[in-house]
Amino acid sequence: MPETAFQVFVGALLANNFVLAMFLGLCPFLGVSNRLDTAFPMGLATTFVMLVASLCAYGLNVLLGAFHLEFLRLIAYIVIIASAVQLVEMVLKKYSPALFRALGIYLALITTNCAVLGVALFQTAREYDFVQSVAFSVGGGAGFTLALVLMASVRERLQLSDVPSLAQGTALALMLAGILSLAFMGFAGLGS
Amino acid sequence: MSAVAAPGNRDEFLEGLWRQNPVFVMVLGMCPALAVTVSAVNGLSMGLATTFVLVASCGLVSTMRRLVPREVRIATYIVIIATFVTAVDYAIQAISLALYDALGAFIQLIVVNCIILGRAEAHASRNPPVAAMVNAAGMGAGFTLGLLLLGAVREILGAGTLFGFSLFGPGFQPWVIMLLPPGGFFVLGGWLLAFAWWARRRQRPEAAGHA
Repeated sequence: MPETAFQVFVGALLANNFVLAMFLGLCPFLGVSNRLDTAFPMGLATTFVMLVASLCAYGLNVLLGAFHLEFLRLIAYIVIIASAVQLVEMVLKKYSPALFRALGIYLALITTNCAVLGVALFQTAREYDFVQSVAFSVGGGAGFTLALVLMASVRERLQLSDVPSLAQGTALALMLAGILSLAFMGFAGLGS
Repeated sequence: MSAVAAPGNRDEFLEGLWRQNPVFVMVLGMCPALAVTVSAVNGLSMGLATTFVLVASCGLVSTMRRLVPREVRIATYIVIIATFVTAVDYAIQAISLALYDALGAFIQLIVVNCIILGRAEAHASRNPPVAAMVNAAGMGAGFTLGLLLLGAVREILGAGTLFGFSLFGPGFQPWVIMLLPPGGFFVLGGWLLAFAWWARRRQRPEAAGHA
């Protein structure tokens, strides 16, 4: 029985959360999750790029399939994602220069965010149809945003607490991510 | 680190393997590092595949460093990397289908491994091919070592085996959580803690004035 679009959405949002269950997009997850007011826009920007990438990848698959050029898939995906990121960058620079500066290098790094390429690759591997692909990318993006916001909230609190100096920084962030991931395992089976 | 004036090849190699280890020191390329390391074999093969892509693309980038205009260099690097990844993808599929299924989409995700693009930009685009490839090989070896350590711990704790051989006999209760996603975060966090503790212990005697 094929999954409905809603099942795909909930699965990507919670049960198979991109960051906490599939380990996609960890670099921005660890890098931009220091403050809540940058984490949320970063999540939204990534979600948008994921949606664009997913739509383009769907069209591209049809095109490459028609010409039997499947071996070019990976290269084509990457080029599409890079262009989509460029687009987001230009729009943000024009309408919200402050946010553009706050996100800094991480904005350009959406190109190498595995979550974005992951959407394109997984939807191909699982042979999702058009509606499922859209649900998958929006759910995945929302899940990424959720994980980023949760992590940022916890880390903002942690700045005020007394942490052993040995554990500060990445080690602590990874332990936190582990606990969050443990919590998200409670969603296992949801939407499938 | 690329500014170091012509150090020996051995130093260059060790730099990536140990002092600038991509997994434990720079904490780069985390996605494949955590996703595929449910066993030592998976970690090792992922590390080797990444090393091949790293060395080959750094060699090519370095060879072409005077030909590529600055404005389009990132796009060029990405296309070069994607080409080698496609080759590795098909090669693994041909060699071992079981391994291919275990690693899944993460072979193709080597393209977006920050280590590779980082090396191409920071080192290979400024150094001659041999130096670039030695440096890349060191980084690749360091990455492989990191994945192997992660995979080994997770396999021992989570399944009671190492490279598929049973270690503790039939009475062992596997700690399954170590094979699941949270285990990846915990084991890497644990390794980072262990390395930080070790580095501090080495520093303290020196600071106190006796070895």
